[in-house]
Amino acid sequence: MSLAEDIKQIQSKQDKKILLMTHIVLGYPSFEVNRGVVRQMVENGVDLIEMQIPFSEPMADGPVIVKANQDALENGTTVAQCLEFAAEITETYDIPFLFMTYYNILFKYGEEDFFKKAKKINIKGLIVPDMPPEEGETYFSRARKYELAPIMIFAPTSTNARMKNLAGYGDGFIYCVARKGVTGTQTSFDDEFNNYIGRCRQATDLPLAVGFGISAREDVDYLIGKADIAVIGTKTIKLVEKKGVDSVGLFIKGLRR
Amino acid sequence: MSNKGYFGQWGGAFIPEVLFETFQELKEAFAEARQDEQFWREYVNLMSTYSCRPTPLTFAENLTRHFGGARIYIKREDLNHTGAHKANNVMGQGMLVKRMGKKRVIAETGAGQHGVATATMAAKFGFECTIYMGEEDIMRQRPNVFWMEKLGATVVTVTSGTRTLKDAINEAFRDWVTRMDDTHYVLGTVCGPHPFPEMVAWFQSIIGQEANRQIQEQFGALPDRVYACVGGGSNAMGIFQGFLDHPEVELVGVEAGGRGLDSGRHASRLAGTDGSAGVAQGYKTMFLQNDEGQMQDTHSVAAGLDYVGVSPILADLWEKGRVRFEAATDEEVMAALDLTMKKEGLIPALESSHAFVQAFKEVGDIETDKAVIINMSGRGDKDIFTIAHAFDDPSWKEFIIAKGDEYVAR
Ligand SMILES: Cc1ncc(COP(=O)(O)O)c(C=O)c1O
Repeated sequence: MSLAEDIKQIQSKQDKKILLMTHIVLGYPSFEVNRGVVRQMVENGVDLIEMQIPFSEPMADGPVIVKANQDALENGTTVAQCLEFAAEITETYDIPFLFMTYYNILFKYGEEDFFKKAKKINIKGLIVPDMPPEEGETYFSRARKYELAPIMIFAPTSTNARMKNLAGYGDGFIYCVARKGVTGTQTSFDDEFNNYIGRCRQATDLPLAVGFGISAREDVDYLIGKADIAVIGTKTIKLVEKKGVDSVGLFIKGLRR
Repeated sequence: MSNKGYFGQWGGAFIPEVLFETFQELKEAFAEARQDEQFWREYVNLMSTYSCRPTPLTFAENLTRHFGGARIYIKREDLNHTGAHKANNVMGQGMLVKRMGKKRVIAETGAGQHGVATATMAAKFGFECTIYMGEEDIMRQRPNVFWMEKLGATVVTVTSGTRTLKDAINEAFRDWVTRMDDTHYVLGTVCGPHPFPEMVAWFQSIIGQEANRQIQEQFGALPDRVYACVGGGSNAMGIFQGFLDHPEVELVGVEAGGRGLDSGRHASRLAGTDGSAGVAQGYKTMFLQNDEGQMQDTHSVAAGLDYVGVSPILADLWEKGRVRFEAATDEEVMAALDLTMKKEGLIPALESSHAFVQAFKEVGDIETDKAVIINMSGRGDKDIFTIAHAFDDPSWKEFIIAKGDEYVAR
């Protein structure tokens, strides 16, 4: 089943007002902790999970995720291990999993081989923030060939025309970056944001995921009716750092009524 | 070059969506400036009244005699204001920033030369200025940190990754994605996403234009070879552009050999066999990375050459065989620097000294009626701590200890 179909099914079957997508950095602080965190997330109702394959130059990420990438690599995390772990996780849990990473990881693995492998281990989509359509002739054709949703990113700086253009390349959902900047700082949900998310809605029929700076139930509540998916990134990484794996479940549960 | 910024298979613009419009604006501003002859005239005027253009071409008579081969000419980018070729790029981008109506500039810096040049430009043009610099580079180029701060810039210490130039570039991008509305990122070399390589190469082409004219005036013919050090590649592209159309002029780029090409502790992406194709920091080029695409820790005594990537334009010229790439080790660099000081009274920067190394290796074998040009990209004053340390200079050490005691006593 494609990611778009997965999402439709989750939405219809479970009558949720908004879906939750969470983020983990593979190998940080260890695969063992990743395993525990994913379990807590799934058991407490997370609908989708993006798994970041660490890269040495995570240009679009903020300090918390940058450090997580760096520590994961310093611990010896390899792309091969990430793929192996992902295969295990998609076997174990019945929700859609996506990869998030930077393009060089695919490029060095071999683009075709990476898509083939991701498909084989039942990954549903790819989020690659440094892959714009202008550079993606083979990337997007392979995404179609292997039926992996290439998640397109909208930003507040994207014009309406640009959004329409981007949406044409995308599948699964659109990742709407809630504000300028990198991951990890709070977003203020104000008129400017409403106007932006309205423009996103106009530009595409794909479900909208909103990420960057979403950390609490109020944020998730605010997005109900405006977006289809709320993305929790940095917050759970910080939570695991401070309070350990077991704190994740309660936090996730508390995000939705 | 294609309209997407490709040079052969290298280059492109692998940028996050949030910067798409910013790059559109920059591409337009650059295209307009390039069409506008007045812009280049103003640029040359600025560089000849605020900086020291045209910089001289110096005949190195003593070094020529010492090696007994081709005549050695030195292009004196050290005589630019702020002491390096970096000013050429920075003043040009500063003029573009004015055109775009932005009020704040940011930059990465390795050796600190680009940072000092940017801080200088910001002071002159009235821009706010923030410079990102790796912690390791701050330690080894402290004099430049001092000057940047005195010039009114904020210097941010970058502690992520390998704490060198590439990490400073990442941080500058992170700043830019947050404040693109009022901020321009003054990238310091011919790398990064399109249009930076092409734009920086254009501003730096002033070196080659002058050098071509000067060598013909002084020597009466084109040189046999032109040598330039290659970090990102901006001084090299600058001087090479004056001779690219003359296939009889051999162009030689010299990378950082660090502890040696076999040591794994170097920054030679094209010389040697450690580099491989990749996509990072917004562009495609030859990087020093592992099999899975993680960038490696590089090493060079010269902070400005200590970088994982190289200009996509140079990667293309390398692939086509137009530019030959060599590497100079840290040790060879110190020896060449010493010789140049003693013989000519010139103090090249550690970066620039790499070009001298390769020229010195070859020039004795070239006929005496031929000439070579070495691009002296900058002056060595900034390296006083590193050079003094490398020479283990006793009187300098005494001075530093005394100064330290003086501060501690207070
Ligand atoms: C004096 C000097 N030369 C050379 C370089 C290397 O840069 P590029 O290869 O772009 O000329 C630097 C960079 O900091 C420098 O300061």
